[in-house]
This record gives sequence, C-alpha cells and structure tokens, in this order.
Amino acid sequence: MAQEHNLAIFRGLVKFKSNTQKIWGVLVFLTVITAIEVLLGIYKPESLMGHFLGMKILNWIFIALTLVKAYYITWDFMHMRDEKASLRRMVVWTAVFLICYLIFILLQEGGYVFDVYRDGYIKRDF
Amino acid sequence: MNTTVATTGTEGKAWGGGNQPLNASYGKMMMWFFIVSDALTFSGFLAAYGFSRFKFIDSWPIADEVFTHVPFFHGNYPMIYVAFMTFVLIMSSVTMVLAVDAGHHLNKTKVTWYMFLTIIGGLIFVGSQAWEWGTFIKGEYGAVQTKGGNILQFGEYVDVDGAQKFKRVAVSDFAKVAEGERAQHESKNGLWFVSEGSIPEYSVDEIYAGLQANSNILVRNQILNEHGHKTILTREESLKQLKDNGKLFVQGANLQVNEYGSSLFADFFFFITGFHGFHVFSGVMINIIIFFNVILGTYEKRKSYEMVEKVGLYWHFVDLVWVFVFTFFYLV
Repeated sequence: MAQEHNLAIFRGLVKFKSNTQKIWGVLVFLTVITAIEVLLGIYKPESLMGHFLGMKILNWIFIALTLVKAYYITWDFMHMRDEKASLRRMVVWTAVFLICYLIFILLQEGGYVFDVYRDGYIKRDF
Repeated sequence: MNTTVATTGTEGKAWGGGNQPLNASYGKMMMWFFIVSDALTFSGFLAAYGFSRFKFIDSWPIADEVFTHVPFFHGNYPMIYVAFMTFVLIMSSVTMVLAVDAGHHLNKTKVTWYMFLTIIGGLIFVGSQAWEWGTFIKGEYGAVQTKGGNILQFGEYVDVDGAQKFKRVAVSDFAKVAEGERAQHESKNGLWFVSEGSIPEYSVDEIYAGLQANSNILVRNQILNEHGHKTILTREESLKQLKDNGKLFVQGANLQVNEYGSSLFADFFFFITGFHGFHVFSGVMINIIIFFNVILGTYEKRKSYEMVEKVGLYWHFVDLVWVFVFTFFYLV
C-alpha cells in the first residue's frame, strides 16, 4: 500500500530518493532554521534592530523563519504536499484568512490602547 | 433493511457518493477539520497575548532575562534550554512521520519502535515544560511591586572586561531583616473568622533599609529605553521610588504577581504553554493507546495503519503550535 509521495522540496531544487530520506532532509533543514533563530535571539545583531512597519527587523525575520518552519512541518510531516489541492486550500486558506484577520484586529487595538495610555488623559499611576 | 429508496441508479457515480472529491478518508478529513479549529483557538490565545503586549509595548518583560536556566547547570544561558525542547519536539515529529511511513509498508516492528520513540520524546518535552514552569514560579532575584502594580528590580554596575555592566542583585542578598517586625495573623490570636495568606519574606521597609546601607545598588524599573533595555534609575531616584511607591516584595511568578515585570506576561505564559502542554500530554496518551494497538496487531489485521497517520497529524500539529509559541514567547 505504499502511497505516492512527492519527493521534491524547494520547488524541485532538492529531490530525495525515498520518503524516509526526505523526512531526514526536512529535519536537517528545520534544525538549521531553529539554530539560526536561537543564535539571532542570543546575539541580537545591532544591524537588525532598525524598525520596519512598526516592528524590529529582527522580529520580522523571526516571524518569517517561523512561517517557513510551519510550511515544512505541514507540507512534509503532515503530508499536505501529497493531498489534493482542494483539501489543501480548504485547510490552509481558511486558517490563514481568519488568523490574519484576528491578528490585525487585536494588534491594532492593542496599539491604540497603548497610545491612549501614553498620550491620552488616562495615566497609569506609578 | 433498505426501506427507503433502494436504488437510484447513481451508485458509484460522482453524485451518488461514488468518489471522494478530496481523496481523503472520513477520519483523516475530520482530523484536518479539528486541526483547523484548534489552530484558530491557539491563534486566538496568541493574538490576545499580542494585544496585551502591544498595550504595554514599552514595558514588556524581556524573555531573554526571564528564561535563562538550564537544568544541572549554573549560570546564564538564555534560550538554550527552550531550543533543546523545540528540537526534542521536532525530533519526535520525525519519529512519528517515520512510523507513518513504516505503516505504509505494513512493517509492524518499525512502527512499534518509532511510536515508542515518539512517546519518549513527548514525555521529555512535557517534563521539560514542567521544569520550566517550576523555575519560573520559583523566581530568581525577587523584586518589589509598586502601588500601581509595576515592578522595581535591583542590581549594581560591575566591571566586565573594562565595560560597565548592570548585574542583577537578589533581594535576599541585601535586605536587612528586622526581627519580630510582623507576626503572622492566626485565627487563635486574632479574629477567629479572618485568615491571612503567607506574608512575604521581606517587608518593603527591610528592603529599603538594605538599599540605604548598600550604596552600590540601584533600582531598575520596567520601562524600556531606546536600546531595548530596562531603565536604570539614579541612586536618589532609586531610594525615592522604593520609599514612595514600594508596596510588596514578590519572588517568582504566579497568576497575581510576576517579579520579571507585567503580571500579564506570567498569566499568558501559564495559560498558553499550559494549554499547549495539555495538548502534548493528551497526544502522548493517544499515542500510547495507538502504540498498544500496534503491538496487539490491530492494524496488522486491518491491513491499514491509517490510525497511526491520524494521530500523527495531531502530533505534528502540536509541534506546529510549539513553533509559534516558541517564536512569540521566547524570540520576538
């Protein structure tokens, strides 16, 4: 009952011989990304401390790397790569849309409350 | 018995249920639906954490200063242990997907071993999580909470390779303990219908006396400066802040107080990592059930290891959530 697996990752740049080999390959990739995250987190290079769209560049890098990890966990460990496009879209688009919406609403509101504390009449008593 | 429409002439055809448009079995699809809804639950929690953090963006605790411990080692190792935990969980995800792969080849021995390793990985993770909680609850240096609910921490400047560096000092190292200053209220020596929780180890006056006696110690408040460090007050300002606003000595973190800063940080930490840890725990339990089913040969008889695949999906999802928790609690 050996199932068909799509063995190419990075858009066909790397092609594995067997599914087992692909699993180890993805593990190596995820470990490298985690190591990069940890190193950046410990050393916090001064050059990445600038702000971009209201957040530190370093934090944007962390979020991007997290999304890359999430992609490979879902696509290769959860075998999303081998599912039909319709199932894939049903799961991914729904979640991505709702999560983006939720994050936007809450972070926008959080930033607003911060401004009220800072500039408004309501002060935190110290 | 078929009492209603017996045949419609569409059996086996697309509109008669003859095909699976998504090419996935019922069980697997329902697992995907559950995962989507659970993902939204976790996103709700993490987005709420983001909300609180944006609300106090200039005074949020710095995770690097909170989680610095590694079991069996002394010293300051930010992130190392949590990186190890992340690796353990990814590794157990790998053994899980190897178990699924072995299941496709109907290799019972391999599935058994890989399931076993997955369970061990899950247990190591939950154990580490418990240790992390324990360390966080116990705390390290202690701090003083102000009337407004903010935190004042203590430290001193020391020379490290010629540069002045601010190093934290534990309250227990400088507070001047005054004997018999405050007795615990007990119902037998006071009002019998009133009880009192444990009183803090030090009173603010004792800490103030200690601060006065040690001229090298300064107070650090929660506000982040433009370099992302907490603001360190001058000596006069330190004494003044502690005298005017100090209210309660706090050690460690719980749902009410947090020596590292905003108590919301501790609340969300306990809630989100707790909820995730609960997922890992139930994942381990489900894995154990499947593990025994594999040993008993249930799936061997079925000629299909799809159950392993389904719990595998859940297990990878737990890993997936941790990747996000790791980023938003420890890195960003």
